[in-house]
Amino acid sequence: MVIIIGLSLKMKISAKIVSQIYYQILRIREIESRISKEYTEWKMRCPVHLSIGQESVAAPLSVLFKNKKYEVLSGHRAHAHYLGKGGNLFKLISEIMGKSTGCSGGRGGSMHLIDKDVGFLLSTAIVANSIPVAAGVALSKKIKKEKGLALVFFGDGAIEEGVFYETINFSIIKNLPIIFICENNKYSVYSNLDVRQPKNRKIHKMVEKIGIKSVFSNGLNAIEIYQKFLYAKNYVERKNKPIFLEINTYRYLEHCGPFDDDNLKYRPKKEIDFWKKNDPLTFLEKKYDKILNKKKINNYKNKISNEINLSFNKAKRSKYPKSSIKDKEIYA
Amino acid sequence: MPKFKYITYAEAINEALDLSLKKDPNLLCYGLGVSDPKEVFNTTKNLQKKYSSERVFDIPCSENALTGVGIGCAIKKCRVVMTHQRLDFSLLSLDQIINNASKFYYMFNKKIRVPITIRMIVGRGWGQGPTHSQSLQSIFSHIPGLKVVMPSNANDAKKLLISSIFDDNPVIYIEHRWLHEQKGRVEKGFTKKKISNANILKRGKDLTIVASSHMTTEAIIAGKILQKNNIAAEIIDLRSIKPLDFKKIEKSISKTKRLIILDSGFSFGSIANEIISSVHIRSYKLLKHQPIKISMPDCPVPTGFSLTKNFYPDYKRIIFECEKMFSKKISYEKNKNQLHDVPNKEYLGPF
Repeated sequence: MVIIIGLSLKMKISAKIVSQIYYQILRIREIESRISKEYTEWKMRCPVHLSIGQESVAAPLSVLFKNKKYEVLSGHRAHAHYLGKGGNLFKLISEIMGKSTGCSGGRGGSMHLIDKDVGFLLSTAIVANSIPVAAGVALSKKIKKEKGLALVFFGDGAIEEGVFYETINFSIIKNLPIIFICENNKYSVYSNLDVRQPKNRKIHKMVEKIGIKSVFSNGLNAIEIYQKFLYAKNYVERKNKPIFLEINTYRYLEHCGPFDDDNLKYRPKKEIDFWKKNDPLTFLEKKYDKILNKKKINNYKNKISNEINLSFNKAKRSKYPKSSIKDKEIYA
Repeated sequence: MPKFKYITYAEAINEALDLSLKKDPNLLCYGLGVSDPKEVFNTTKNLQKKYSSERVFDIPCSENALTGVGIGCAIKKCRVVMTHQRLDFSLLSLDQIINNASKFYYMFNKKIRVPITIRMIVGRGWGQGPTHSQSLQSIFSHIPGLKVVMPSNANDAKKLLISSIFDDNPVIYIEHRWLHEQKGRVEKGFTKKKISNANILKRGKDLTIVASSHMTTEAIIAGKILQKNNIAAEIIDLRSIKPLDFKKIEKSISKTKRLIILDSGFSFGSIANEIISSVHIRSYKLLKHQPIKISMPDCPVPTGFSLTKNFYPDYKRIIFECEKMFSKKISYEKNKNQLHDVPNKEYLGPF
């Protein structure tokens, strides 16, 4: 058997994969847009960090890492990863609405998501602090001789936290089965990368110098991102070593909340225009126009719209949880 | 076959780890120095040899990440015992302990559990100084979701460690460096002790002394002196700081009406304060004398030999307070040969 680990972008991509990736990006986009739209009814009373613009980074989960043996952890902007991994939509919306039917029973909110049934282990709200937890999940797999691997998503801000370096270092020493994914959207809240990291630094190059295989994607082509994930998966599963991905991306809305905040002018208009011009959906529609025809897209939209309506309506009808501060709620 | 054996506190910890590693093949034991030549004051002696470097291992100087790693293992049902040679180093991992370990069970609506035990050793004497000697149980006890235990003797050290490891919650297990060499009668085999039960070490009707960890040693010495002077002190060893056994304390002072609390932590915001306020809130007429708190001063611990003299409160402070409380002179022989910065004559630093 020939094992191909090399990264070839000329790899043939099937129509099925293009459709699956497109569908998932569209689905996440539509769900996040609905959250944004309904937020102003003020029924979702918790901070939301929406993933609109960053969907391509999560979409490959739905194709390559669907199996429960692939375990995903994430940070504050986790909706896309949760949904991409197959997390239950009704439970997500319920959670944001603070309902008892939420994935965390209304205790966690948008930043503390969980769906163990599909291998979405957890997301946390403190920058970088789910990174070592993911390494622990990877270590437990080694100890228990379980198949699969851990994936952890974080932003460019996490690269500035000490625990990131600690975890990369440890994962190299222990050859952990883990994919580290840095979604570089260039901003930590309103602060540009320029005020946080040295000019001209390439994060993936710096990280590679620590001694871990690193891969970069400019984030413009969702299919190329998919291929980088495929490469990473093969690399970890065949070489039994960790890998780091840096994927450039861009959030369309404000850091936290349902609106855009371009009026604050902390991001250059040219930059915003560039990314919107290269929107992943229009990019794929143009590049794969034969596969992604109007009829297919409309079908997708209808299907997604139905799913969203069902979940939102059910969540709205659901009950609020009973409050309890008893010890048995706090201690296992 | 006797059911007991006389071993040191450090040997008891070693035995607890050994038995636990044997019992649970997925249990991991790691920390700085766990497999080095000193093996954390012999508490991890021979464990790597016995259970492989896969399960018992030394780590990079990355306290925060390794705590997170432990949490990741724990949520996947690989229990973890992590060790810090000094409690002060665990402060590098407060994010993981406070934001993650303590919260996951509640925050994810009971869907995940975090069975991690974090051993922390409190240093004292031989110039341990400001950052190698802190007894910060009150910080950890403040956080909902954490349990905090402080064994005072070898038998408790063993049983409480086994209980901590097999508890499904994060447990902060605080040892005291001066107890490691103390010998005690230890039950053989895989035995547990429920975390939450204080231990009445000595019965008495005149006064309740509440202590924990190394301060229990001072309480026992004071208790004997008081007894000779016709004062019967009841000594309660807390064992577990959180949950705290208020019931036993209350029951005792409803009999003695007098309370002295010994606390190895700094005075402000201490566990002693928690107990005093709780006693007053629950039944403020219980005491006939104001409660006495004997704790560390609100000052960083100095390093120098002369500066540490009289810095740590000991049994003499208890006697001094009792003289005031009972308005009588208490006589006892003062041990003049003992140096103040070592637990025993054999002890020769450096840490």
